[in-house]
Amino acid sequence: MFTFLRENAAKLADQTLTHLGLTFASLLMALLLGLPLGIYIARRKRVASAVLGVAGVLQTVPSIALLGFLIPLLGIGAGPALTALFLYALLPIIRNTYVGISEVNPTLTEAARGMGMTARQVLWRVELPLAMPVIFAGIRTATVINVGVATLAAYVAAGGLGEFIFGGIALNNTNMMLAGAIPAALLAVGFDLGLARLQRVRWSGSVGGDAGGASGKKRVATGAGLLVVVAVMAVAWPRNNPHRLLAGFAHEFGGRADGYPGLQKVYGMTIENRLLDQSLMYEAIRTNKVDVISGYSTDGRIKAFGLTVLDDDKHAFPPYAAAPVVREATLAKYPELQPALDRLNGRLTDSIMTELNYRADYLHESPERVARGFLMKVGLLQPAIAARTGQVVMGSKVFTEQYILAEIYRQLIEGYTTLRVVSKTGFGGTQLCFDALRTGAIDFYPEYTGTGLLVILQPAQATLDSLKRLPGAKQPAAIYSYVKAEFTRRYALRWGVPLGFNNAYCLMMRQTDAKQRGIRTLSELTRYVKGV
Amino acid sequence: MNPTPAAIDLQSVTKRYQNRAVVDDLTLTVPAGETLILLGTSGCGKTTTLKMINRLIDADGGTVAINGVDVRQQEPHELRRHIGYVIQDAGLFPHYTVAQNIAVVPRLLNWSATQITDRTHELLTLLRLPETVLDRLPDALSGGQRQRIGLARALAADPPIILMDEPFGALDPITRDDIRQEFKQLDVFQRKTIVLVTHDVREAFALGDRIALMDNGRIVQMGQPDDFRQNPTTPFVERFLEASGY
Repeated sequence: MFTFLRENAAKLADQTLTHLGLTFASLLMALLLGLPLGIYIARRKRVASAVLGVAGVLQTVPSIALLGFLIPLLGIGAGPALTALFLYALLPIIRNTYVGISEVNPTLTEAARGMGMTARQVLWRVELPLAMPVIFAGIRTATVINVGVATLAAYVAAGGLGEFIFGGIALNNTNMMLAGAIPAALLAVGFDLGLARLQRVRWSGSVGGDAGGASGKKRVATGAGLLVVVAVMAVAWPRNNPHRLLAGFAHEFGGRADGYPGLQKVYGMTIENRLLDQSLMYEAIRTNKVDVISGYSTDGRIKAFGLTVLDDDKHAFPPYAAAPVVREATLAKYPELQPALDRLNGRLTDSIMTELNYRADYLHESPERVARGFLMKVGLLQPAIAARTGQVVMGSKVFTEQYILAEIYRQLIEGYTTLRVVSKTGFGGTQLCFDALRTGAIDFYPEYTGTGLLVILQPAQATLDSLKRLPGAKQPAAIYSYVKAEFTRRYALRWGVPLGFNNAYCLMMRQTDAKQRGIRTLSELTRYVKGV
Repeated sequence: MNPTPAAIDLQSVTKRYQNRAVVDDLTLTVPAGETLILLGTSGCGKTTTLKMINRLIDADGGTVAINGVDVRQQEPHELRRHIGYVIQDAGLFPHYTVAQNIAVVPRLLNWSATQITDRTHELLTLLRLPETVLDRLPDALSGGQRQRIGLARALAADPPIILMDEPFGALDPITRDDIRQEFKQLDVFQRKTIVLVTHDVREAFALGDRIALMDNGRIVQMGQPDDFRQNPTTPFVERFLEASGY
């Protein structure tokens, strides 16, 4: 844990600052809208329920879904993250302002008017000071919510402590996860306490006579000013130099031995990068938010978005032949399962898989339909057998190809056997999926040989080198048999026959951009980045 | 016609809520320096009448004039700064110290700090309050002290007219009698034009130069305390007095 912190101190500081910036910039916007709106609806009770209703509905939209809605509108980066946080902070601020003002004893406001205060004076001298504890409680709630939700900004490449958290989850790296989670929790607790203190400062300031009131105001003004500075600084911080290339990496790619660290080792490549959610990267490169992205060689969007795959001329990425990994216990229990799975043997070539991915990602066909179309084309589509005698649980990771494969397996198994297939799709990373398989939570899932080798088995360097030394053409078979043997020996898990395609990691760029800069291979990319 | 206009003059004033007249065609004149009591049961319209004088409530019909000037011709907040206002349980601002509470109207009138301090000390002496209360918050005071501060706040800018809505209503009977006695003996209050709302007959008799007994938004009987004792004009007046032990 401490070693990790020491090695990543600069990154942690940067992420914390971004986190703070996102939290406070959004909070500030929410205050600017929420306070006046709360005051307004306290005067017009008729619109109050409508306004609170809308803010309440916004609050219940899951954060991921909200970010999903916002990306088409605002792109990727701080924009959607700030907007989502702003919307989440609105409700507590509006509601508490409304309640605080509404609950001021009407006798007091009438007394104030009876003394000759104008409506504005009643608001500033009586209503707001008396409502302040409630309003402040709302601001505290909003701050704590935002510190928490701001971790999700990492999904849209807006940075923050979520980068460590999601990277840690994807890589099953507890230290990395805690390095994000603990500071986030500390920030939340710290701000709650800090705001509680600020509240008392304000309060004693306003009752302690004129002099005290002035100094209280000054302190509050200083506090607010500092907030603005921090917010502006942190949001402005992650600006990228237009002359440099900026890479967008998936959280898993950024940390995996065969991902970016592998590239650093084999090519000596150092490229400025941002971590963002896998499914959002194509949008990011299309809109020029990033110039290089990580991805999979069979991804259907490569063609659709006019991207070009950079040649891995030093073979940093091992081959990734896809095959189902099944529990031996399950195979023993349902002997009919293995033959059904084997029917796909070699049927899914690189080009077919790319095509299937393209249909799902770009033509927005459902995985169910894509799978049916494929099975029909290769003559494997069978109407489902009505009777069900048992069930197997199938897992998949969260990306299109895995969803399609899962669908293909489901239709295949239900067509050729009497087993019912229960899908548990959407495991956030290899480790999660593998752990589920080993513990029996799922019976099988489609895996890739390279992933099995580097993420799960993690063999000694000597073993890796001996596999790597083989000529390129022999590597896939050698790795498959090594992985198959080791999985059987160590985990009692059986690798089925390969599906036929090789879905390797790859880096890609916009076609026009790559041509302009003269980059075709990873070696050239490394040189280009160094040269600038 | 009287050459000097009355301090307060209500002519055929009416106020309706959902078509029910809470104050119904009420005419009332208060000469300068008089203490007039609006007496009646809850809901008889006495508080509404009072609030129409400083425009906390605007009349639906009729006219209200202060010193001969229609209140509608003045900005409500300007008007109110020159009319003292005392309410039940004082209505002090809980987030203001006693000193700040007393200074509310002078500050609205942009008095200087020394003016305000001098006036505050004058009022403390007048109302027999110790200097030590100045820095306290209202919650730290006794009910009697709060009520005195409420009076001090209404007197701060020395307004010629003071409106009082059940000013002693929240006090226990003994404190109430004491403050009422003090209040009656204070010179300032003798000189001011006061309209005081109460449902307490004893209070009305003790403090009023004249009493207007109200029922259903109208004045049932108007006169000096003795008139009421000697010849109540209607059975309602008789009953009202009897119920209060007279």
